[in-house]
Amino acid sequence: MANITKAYYKMFILDELAAQDTVIHRISPVVKLLVTLAYLIVVVSYGKYDIMGLFPLVFYPVCIMAAGNIPLKPMLSGLVVSMPLIIGVGIFNPVLERTVVMTLFGIDISAGFISFIALLFKCCLTVLAALLLLSTTGMNKISAALHRMHVPKVFIMQLLLTYRYISVLLVEASRIYNAYSLRAPGQNGINSKVWGSLIGQLLLRTYDRAYRVYQGMKLRGFDNQYYGVNLQKATKIDKWYLVGWAAFFLAARFINITMLLGLLTIEVIK
Amino acid sequence: MSHHVIEFIDTSYNYPDGNMGVVNANLRIQHGESVAIIGANGAGKSTLLKLLVGIMLPKKGEIRLGDIPVTPKTMSIIRQRIGFTFQEPEDQLFNATVYDDVAFGPRNYGLEEKEVEKRVLRAAQTVGIGHLLQRAPYKLSGGEKRAASIATVLSLEPDVLAMDEPTAALDPKSRRKLIQLLQGFEHTKIIATHDLDLALELCSRTVVLKDGTVVYDGPTVDIMHNSQLLEDCGLEQPLTLQGCNSCMK
Repeated sequence: MANITKAYYKMFILDELAAQDTVIHRISPVVKLLVTLAYLIVVVSYGKYDIMGLFPLVFYPVCIMAAGNIPLKPMLSGLVVSMPLIIGVGIFNPVLERTVVMTLFGIDISAGFISFIALLFKCCLTVLAALLLLSTTGMNKISAALHRMHVPKVFIMQLLLTYRYISVLLVEASRIYNAYSLRAPGQNGINSKVWGSLIGQLLLRTYDRAYRVYQGMKLRGFDNQYYGVNLQKATKIDKWYLVGWAAFFLAARFINITMLLGLLTIEVIK
Repeated sequence: MSHHVIEFIDTSYNYPDGNMGVVNANLRIQHGESVAIIGANGAGKSTLLKLLVGIMLPKKGEIRLGDIPVTPKTMSIIRQRIGFTFQEPEDQLFNATVYDDVAFGPRNYGLEEKEVEKRVLRAAQTVGIGHLLQRAPYKLSGGEKRAASIATVLSLEPDVLAMDEPTAALDPKSRRKLIQLLQGFEHTKIIATHDLDLALELCSRTVVLKDGTVVYDGPTVDIMHNSQLLEDCGLEQPLTLQGCNSCMK
């Protein structure tokens, strides 16, 4: 809880990164969205024990981060936030699947443990891809791209408003926490006795604030319709970007690049 | 230009909990006037402004902007003509950049992106935040946020500016800059404020509210010298009219 204020500022880092002007940022948002969707589909299409097959896909986030001037730290922070959920989902795999499939340095490795690691790996790659899309495109342009792809406006509005609501929630949580900690010296965190009332307060206050923001939107002509930024038509570079990544994802999915590289290395060493 | 005349005709509003917000208000504000709405906390200042822009609808009476009554059907045109700034500027700044926030209104009214850009630049230039357009709103100072929130309504090119506590939480320099900025506007200005020095400097006319009722409507100079009435309404004379306690002058 002590890091709520930090989290608030971190959240805006993605917006700031999205405002950069690099070769990746200049790619059409629609194309970047399509590439990200293709990447997500390819990542989740791997088998539950296929860790090695996923390795070539690391190239995509590394390449985007390098070309898009995206620092590693905010990406790792985003990954850390999503970790508890994934660990919660996969933590029982090693318990449920105890069949030993290999022994590494004398330690028996169960099928469940491998599937757990594969799940973690997939999670890291997919969350990273989503964060990279956000930090090279920005929420407004992603929404405009969804609009171009004929996604219903009501879903786009939900996405935009939820994204903005998170910042409202963080500001109010930070204020409540500061007010509490100033009058509760020497306490680590918040006493469980007051959790209920604080969460209730948080809900009411964020609702109130969100309502004022909504009034501010209505006063400036917002009519529950999405009027996003205008997107330029895709250029040749955009088309090559799409074709290039699609070809790479297909190659990574259907050709065992890891094994080929391994064989090549062995041949060179021989 | 008669369409800029604002009229409150026997307007009343009471909150769902029974508290009276505004009681039988009758006001007529001419085009180009600068009117201060003053009163103690809970006197009904903000309620009056919210009724004007249709955030709340009167329970009795009506409000008109020229020939147009404020009703749910006319809300779109009313809100394009009356720019309303909130007491808390952050409630109006919710986009990733100041540019997007200033462009939000014109885009909602379906203007072409080129026209949107022109309006954004014009509004930003008017309030002196041209250099802040690509900044994130949360990184601005209090004065800059206030200026940005004014730009968000100026980009709609309204005829009337309604402002709720525009100088709240501003440092003296930012406050002075804001007053100078508002002095340069030719819009009809309606300003709800506790800052009576601002009212004295900026508004030729003042409306005093007490428990939702208009108890004074007249020249600002006169009411600011009527310390008895001000005291009855939970106010006190502006500092510029109070004697100096140190030198007793």
